Amino acid sequence: MPAKGWIEVSDTYCKGCEICIGACPQSVIELNMSHLTPKGYHPAHTFKDGCTGCAICAVVCPDAAITVYREMTKVAAPISV
Amino acid sequence: MLKENLVYDRPEGFTDTPTHYCPGCTHGVAHRLVAEVLEEMGVIDRTIGVAPVGCSVFAYNYFDTDFVEAPHGRAPAMATGVKRVMPDRIVFTYQGDGDLASIGMGEIVHAAARGENITVIFINNANFGMTGGQMAPTTLPGMKTSSSVNGRDVETQGYPIRVSEMLSTLDGVGYCVRRSLHDPKNIRLAKKAIRMAFEVQARGLGFSVVELLSTCPTNWGMTPVNSLKFVEEHMMPAYPLGDFKVSDAIKQIKI
Repeated sequence: MPAKGWIEVSDTYCKGCEICIGACPQSVIELNMSHLTPKGYHPAHTFKDGCTGCAICAVVCPDAAITVYREMTKVAAPISV
Repeated sequence: MLKENLVYDRPEGFTDTPTHYCPGCTHGVAHRLVAEVLEEMGVIDRTIGVAPVGCSVFAYNYFDTDFVEAPHGRAPAMATGVKRVMPDRIVFTYQGDGDLASIGMGEIVHAAARGENITVIFINNANFGMTGGQMAPTTLPGMKTSSSVNGRDVETQGYPIRVSEMLSTLDGVGYCVRRSLHDPKNIRLAKKAIRMAFEVQARGLGFSVVELLSTCPTNWGMTPVNSLKFVEEHMMPAYPLGDFKVSDAIKQIKI
């Protein structure tokens, strides 16, 4: 069973550049067109289940806007990116 | 939300200030890699950065380290002074191609030739980003910029300068590599190179420079995703990735 994860995208930092959308191996990220950040961008969000917490979106994010969590039975070591 | 589930978080080397960079600009990725490396090495408290002139002129707002701001192109000269006065500090410069390869070419070459024990992060995005996308020494032949509207004509405007290859010929340089920031794999390789460059400085093994192929979506007139493709298809053939100089002592370093 694949690992289950989730991401949090910061409204303060996300600029809606869409790089994470193309990089996501599970294709679960899109821009949230019904929400605007204080700077006026549509931020990224996950629109369906399937996130594995692989943190590739965080690796490519130019603004360090994405925090990645992963559901695990054991204590996870932080992934070095 | 349990803390132990955390896989990735904003590095401690960053302040809380959002960057002023355009959406999708890989300056942010380069900043993040430097911040993560400084955090991993535990040297945030004794690091001094030297900010250039260019888009990254406000770098001092984003790193949670001490910073000084250099005149245009003079960051390696300033870093030389800082490092010689305080040799126990980690000193790095963060320069774009307009700053390092154009007006600051003299400073970088002589700092490298003297073998100053500093680290240079060199962002190559093939134009002057801050001033509106004018032609830089690294602009590709035929590439349209706001000051070469018909494409760079090598007959009258010369050929691009490959900075890493040039610096690698100098004896004072210990570590000289080129990496790209266009996909997750290359970003991870770039981070390893930046880590190695800082390790070289921490061990006093000479001048270290990491060139990073970067994007400029606004001035290239592309979406962020297309500009990453442009790096892969057009910049990487002109600026091949690789290790141009890794001295024997540096090859022994295991991270």
